[in-house]
Amino acid sequence: MQQGNIIVAYKGAIDADLIADTLTLIETKLERDVEHSLTRKKIYNVMVECLQNLFHHVDAIPNTGNLNYGIFVLSKLPNGFYIATGNMVNVSKKPVLKQKIDKINSLNKDELKEFYKFVLNNQTFSEKGGGGLGLIDIARKTGSKLNYSFVPFNDSLDFFKLSVILTE
Amino acid sequence: MELLNIEGTPKTPTVNMNPNSGEVEIKGRSIPENSIEFYKPIIDWLDEYSGSPQPSTIVNIQLEYFNTSSSKCILDVFKKLEQLKKNQHDVLINWYYEEDDEDMLEAGEDYESIIKVPFKMIQIVD
Repeated sequence: MQQGNIIVAYKGAIDADLIADTLTLIETKLERDVEHSLTRKKIYNVMVECLQNLFHHVDAIPNTGNLNYGIFVLSKLPNGFYIATGNMVNVSKKPVLKQKIDKINSLNKDELKEFYKFVLNNQTFSEKGGGGLGLIDIARKTGSKLNYSFVPFNDSLDFFKLSVILTE
Repeated sequence: MELLNIEGTPKTPTVNMNPNSGEVEIKGRSIPENSIEFYKPIIDWLDEYSGSPQPSTIVNIQLEYFNTSSSKCILDVFKKLEQLKKNQHDVLINWYYEEDDEDMLEAGEDYESIIKVPFKMIQIVD
């Protein structure tokens, strides 16, 4: 999960307070280390989506006492920033998630914009999440493909890793 | 009908809605994990306001950040305004964005293409 110089990295329980504290920390660090205000804004925006995605989808790992377990990394690359998240997903959710990411990755900039607007205008949002706009937004804002993998953990869970690169 | 004033927090915007002047302002950050709860009083206020609106309603949206959970709620706010416009009342949405912030400008244009209300894109220059 590691590339470049780490700005923030975390492994453990994910809850609303942790995300709020992390975003504050990221903002402080970016303020200090990243000169261009629009780059800071973009990174912050993408981190908000990534962390809230994680927050809405973290699953407990059975028999380990690890509740709401997740991982995230933000690091600096020579030419941009690397953002990665990881969490357990039930294997039953894998086909839908995979299909969705593959679709996003197959679209160009204009198609992504149209897809975003379509989902925004047509999909009902659950109490839980943003109705599936998060991943589309991450792809739009970074201009990056969504790199992902599913690593089998046991019969019912896969570890889902997602990463993007934001080129400066 | 009463004013609606909500003070901003690190996760939610400042909101000022004035039924006497027809001015609505949403300003700051909108990144709550669950936006539906936050936007409900705003939607309710607009429902009531639509019963006896001012001849002209001016809406100022000046967001620094908003998450995708908020984007749907903001669309719901705009749909209420679209209804007002449909009922022959003047509505203008001023969408503010920071100089060179193409993401925020594009977000405004996305809404503009969905909602049948005049938008004015206003660049904030330092």
